[in-house]
Amino acid sequence: MMRSLMKRFSHLFLPLSVMALLIIINLVKGADYFRITMVNGAFYGNIPNIFFGASELVILSIGMTLVTAASRGQDISIGESATITSAVFVQYVLQANEVTLLTILVAFLLSSVVGLALGAFNGTLVSIFKVQPMVASLILFTGGRSIAFMIDGKLSPILANDLSNKIGTVIPGIPIQTPIILTVIFIALIAVLFKTTNLRLYVEAVGTNPNAARLNGINPKKVIFLTFLIMGFCSAFAGFIAVNKAGRHDSVNLLKLIMMDAILAVAIGGNSLNGGKFSITGSIIGAYTIEMLNRTLLRLEIEPAMIKVFKAVFIIILMVVASPVVRASITKVVDKVRGKGRGASAAMTVKATGDGEKEE
Amino acid sequence: MAGVNAIKGKTRLSNSNLLFLIAAIIFVLMYLFAIILYPGSFLQFQTFFDLFNLNAPLIIMTLGLCIVMIGGGIDISIGAVCGLVTMACAFFLESGMGSIWGAILISLGIGIIFGVLQGYLIAYLEIQPFIITLSGLFMAQGLLTTLHKDPINVTVPAFVKLRDFDIVINWLGTRNRLGVFIPCEIKPGTIIVAILLVILASLMKWSRFGRNVYAVGGNANSANMLGINVKRTMFTTYVISGLTAGIAGFVYIMTTGAGNVGNAAGAEMKAIASAIIGGTLLNGGVGNLLGAPIGTLTLLVINELIRAAGVQSNFQAMVSGLLLYFFIVLQSIIMSLRDKRGFKMALPPWLSLSGKSQRGR
Repeated sequence: MMRSLMKRFSHLFLPLSVMALLIIINLVKGADYFRITMVNGAFYGNIPNIFFGASELVILSIGMTLVTAASRGQDISIGESATITSAVFVQYVLQANEVTLLTILVAFLLSSVVGLALGAFNGTLVSIFKVQPMVASLILFTGGRSIAFMIDGKLSPILANDLSNKIGTVIPGIPIQTPIILTVIFIALIAVLFKTTNLRLYVEAVGTNPNAARLNGINPKKVIFLTFLIMGFCSAFAGFIAVNKAGRHDSVNLLKLIMMDAILAVAIGGNSLNGGKFSITGSIIGAYTIEMLNRTLLRLEIEPAMIKVFKAVFIIILMVVASPVVRASITKVVDKVRGKGRGASAAMTVKATGDGEKEE
Repeated sequence: MAGVNAIKGKTRLSNSNLLFLIAAIIFVLMYLFAIILYPGSFLQFQTFFDLFNLNAPLIIMTLGLCIVMIGGGIDISIGAVCGLVTMACAFFLESGMGSIWGAILISLGIGIIFGVLQGYLIAYLEIQPFIITLSGLFMAQGLLTTLHKDPINVTVPAFVKLRDFDIVINWLGTRNRLGVFIPCEIKPGTIIVAILLVILASLMKWSRFGRNVYAVGGNANSANMLGINVKRTMFTTYVISGLTAGIAGFVYIMTTGAGNVGNAAGAEMKAIASAIIGGTLLNGGVGNLLGAPIGTLTLLVINELIRAAGVQSNFQAMVSGLLLYFFIVLQSIIMSLRDKRGFKMALPPWLSLSGKSQRGR
């Protein structure tokens, strides 16, 4: 029972252990880490702030996981796509006389359509023209912010209405900040999608071997195109949350360089960046871990200039521990130790790998 | 041995040469177009030399990146490393005991340290190159801001002399409106570009190492079976890329004369775009180093054209994107046409940047 559970969740080991390590560091710094305070009828504190801050990253890393799994490459234009879609959203809201729930909804749908179109643009290049995803998305990465700037017309239009404010912060009467609720809704939507369709099987098949998938009746082009469409919707959703959070549309800095964090979240989540099997749960935990890491570095009062260095060192250590070579040598060492004590069975070796990592 | 080399090398290289040829033709057409539109400025030799003078660092970085990309990897830390080098040099020169030779040593040292670290982690520990070089980028940026936050203007006399040093070509030049003859000027950076281009291009074309890089980028498994030391080859490509980033940093500060936090920011993406336009594929195994300056110059000529046309600077990025789109689709169509004629690539064209995870298992 225990062993089967361990086998099932072994891919989550890396992100969860990192998270545990970060929590320990935070607790050492101050015991009040988990304290949650109630301000104006909503929960605030370290943990809610992490959930609040990471909401866009979580959504984007879900899309990135799918793209990575199916196309064996990464979309680097997600921040730019989100900027363009949110520019459309802001423009629609601003031209309306009175901002009602319907206006917001229509604006969001409009921005989703734009997001899908951007996803289709990248997807066409990748699936039909067989360009590597990173190269294909380099186009939008280069020109995306300028397009958003042109849609804006002027520098950073301000979203000054009550409803946007509520979406960005809290709705009175609900104790949880709205971006967190939206993220949960999005995760639930994705979960339903994967429960009710064969998408997971198709994506994994295409990512593992596109030729084999094609011979088995799965059209790799369609599947890859679909993952890019989903990525487009994810960026529209993330842009929607980000712009409402910020209250103004800054086309230069909105979600800047977030693709780096999203790719990192996918990697920390235990997914291979070379496609194939994937775990969305891992990516979600990875995204929260990155946000936690950022906030931990701030909490440790590290000089702002040094934060990036610490982040880099942390990532490198993480990747070294998780690298196949180090993992194999750890397994070997642990095997030797166990083999001396008693006969090590194959099942024990699996467990030994886990134990070996725990010691790191 | 010679026979095997001829067959294997020929298909691979002809592919590289084809893409290079397309890039070169497009560059020439683009420049002719620019001359026709703006004969006053683009017909001057100085305009052409200025493309090199002002963008030598980018071309040098692209050269290093091309080698990594041919080897099947990617290095996105180069821009940040270049920026770090400029700041370190400025800091060192202004510290009172700095000398130019010391600054050169520092820039080479920083480049090599980054190259060796990243190369070791990627080649020997088999970690994904994107993640490692991304953390390299973070680290270089962090060290840069830790070192010094404000711009440093280098005022050491010896350095200022070097910065203002120009090579004047007396027999080549233009007359201005007053009829005064103005000779062309070439910055030392351009000479460094030319030297590096010759060295690295011949290294890739004729040395054993260069051929190994093509083999490793084409198919790491086959290369391993042929007895090529795949790990060492990959490691060396990253060291070269780090080294060129260091040199680019020194050339950068030699051109601008100041260390700044924003130096060479985002240059990695420009370098990747230039390499792609120059005919290097991200898959690895295909590319020609002579395409690196061609790609960079194509990108720059477009930017100059847009600037000359007086269009909003926003269009510059958009047109660059469109240009990239055009090139990528063109490359893709050509490659697929060749595929149909029985030409087989070792890897599917959409394979990721580092499709070598299966290696050695």
